[in-house]
Amino acid sequence: MLINTIFSGFGGQGVLSMGYIFAYAAMSDGRNVTYLPSYGAEVRGGTANCTIVISDEEIASPVASSPEFVVVMNNPSLLRFQNVVQSGGIIFLNATMIDARPIRGDIELFEIPANDIAKELGNERVMNMVMLGFFIKKTGLVSREAVEKTLEDTFSPRGKTMVTLNKKAFMEGHNYD
Amino acid sequence: MRGNHVVAEAAIRAGCRFYFGYPITPQNETPEYMAAALSKLKDGVFIQAESELAAINMVIGGSMAGVRVMTSSSSPGISLKQEGISYLAALELPAVIVNMCRGGPGLGNIAPAQSDYFQATRGGGHGDYRNIVLAPSSCQELAELTMEAFDLADIYRIPVIILADGMLGQMMEPVEFPDHKNPKKLSPKDWALTGAKGRPGRVIRSLILDPVLEEEHNWKLMRKYERIQKKEVRYETFLLGDAKMAVVAFGTAARIAKGAVQKVREQGLKVGLLRPISLWPFPEKVLVELGKRVKLFFVFEMNMGQMVEDVRIALGRDGDIHFYGRPGGVVPTPLEISRIISSHYLRKRL
Repeated sequence: MLINTIFSGFGGQGVLSMGYIFAYAAMSDGRNVTYLPSYGAEVRGGTANCTIVISDEEIASPVASSPEFVVVMNNPSLLRFQNVVQSGGIIFLNATMIDARPIRGDIELFEIPANDIAKELGNERVMNMVMLGFFIKKTGLVSREAVEKTLEDTFSPRGKTMVTLNKKAFMEGHNYD
Repeated sequence: MRGNHVVAEAAIRAGCRFYFGYPITPQNETPEYMAAALSKLKDGVFIQAESELAAINMVIGGSMAGVRVMTSSSSPGISLKQEGISYLAALELPAVIVNMCRGGPGLGNIAPAQSDYFQATRGGGHGDYRNIVLAPSSCQELAELTMEAFDLADIYRIPVIILADGMLGQMMEPVEFPDHKNPKKLSPKDWALTGAKGRPGRVIRSLILDPVLEEEHNWKLMRKYERIQKKEVRYETFLLGDAKMAVVAFGTAARIAKGAVQKVREQGLKVGLLRPISLWPFPEKVLVELGKRVKLFFVFEMNMGQMVEDVRIALGRDGDIHFYGRPGGVVPTPLEISRIISSHYLRKRL
């Protein structure tokens, strides 16, 4: 098994941390994994994306030719990556931020209003965890437990509220249908 | 763990206690980690110097004092350090220099590239000298080779360059750090400047005005380089056993090439990969041997063709060698490389 996923959005939408938590959880599940971020000179703004490869065997290239899954958080990301997805692959789309829809007929589309759900939780910034929960539920690539453990490890230095909020956002996305 | 952090952690585990550097993207996480980690150690010294020139000269000083010392930078910063590296070579001082290479020439950009191959493997600064150059292709190897670099530097009293790129520095992979033990053949640093109380003073200098003595010094260095060429060649082979075509690539490019080789193998093409790990000493003999049974070679680099010259030197004019390069910080996909591999393979009717 070799699965390539690209997470993409504006800088500040938590795209890299989404990928990081997914990668870390996959590692905790005993998989081989590579996390490759795009990095720009800017700290905020601009576009950000990262490629996560998970596999049961040694991973040759951390660069994906045609990913099975693409998660898009804003319009430019959809434009950039909709043609890259493998035929039969899936696009996960943030419906709050993206008006357009992919025009390809050979891929599947899952959408979720990630910002709206995050807003209801009281903090729009956790939209990334809403999306991650949704993504994990639909793909089943890593266990829910591994992600929850990762969220604890990652956010506990920043306080218990952060852990609870991110976990809650993750579960909201996980239960969305 | 992020590549840049891996380098730093591996260095400390290998006994590195002095770090001198000047910030530059895409390697800033290394000094960041070193600053935090070395400040916790009683004998740790971290200095963010006022410039790359200052940093490399502090490296010279630290090495003279007999301590394991490292600096890291990225392409333009490494250019600035070349004078100091030439001095390290002349003075026969051990040091580890990490280059997280980026797009160039000039300031270029901050994206991953392999355009510093010539600079690293040909010495880089003035004078007749070589550095050991190691090119990791994964975070795991970054850990192992960084540790090994310190041992090699001490064994041969030579600067060792880790030539990676922005991609390896920025990406994360799971890493297991091996236990580091100093190799047995490591002799005590009886040349280091540690204070002359109770013993005659020692002198370390690179100014040798008498041409006859300078020539002898050059010969001495040359004999050392020959020893290294005999003993320290490192490479990896992948599916070369039945191969009719060999891809040659190093570092990040080799990861992509490996993915490409896997793809063309699925199509039934007999293609393998040779990945030089030590860029100097270059695995020339392996290529010569390989050239006896493989007739088609394809070199892929993220530059305009640098290592391909070493491949040509090894295989001679008769070698059927093709090159493909993506310079300027562009990282091609395995699919792109696999298409080029299969077009060469099929055209040749292997």
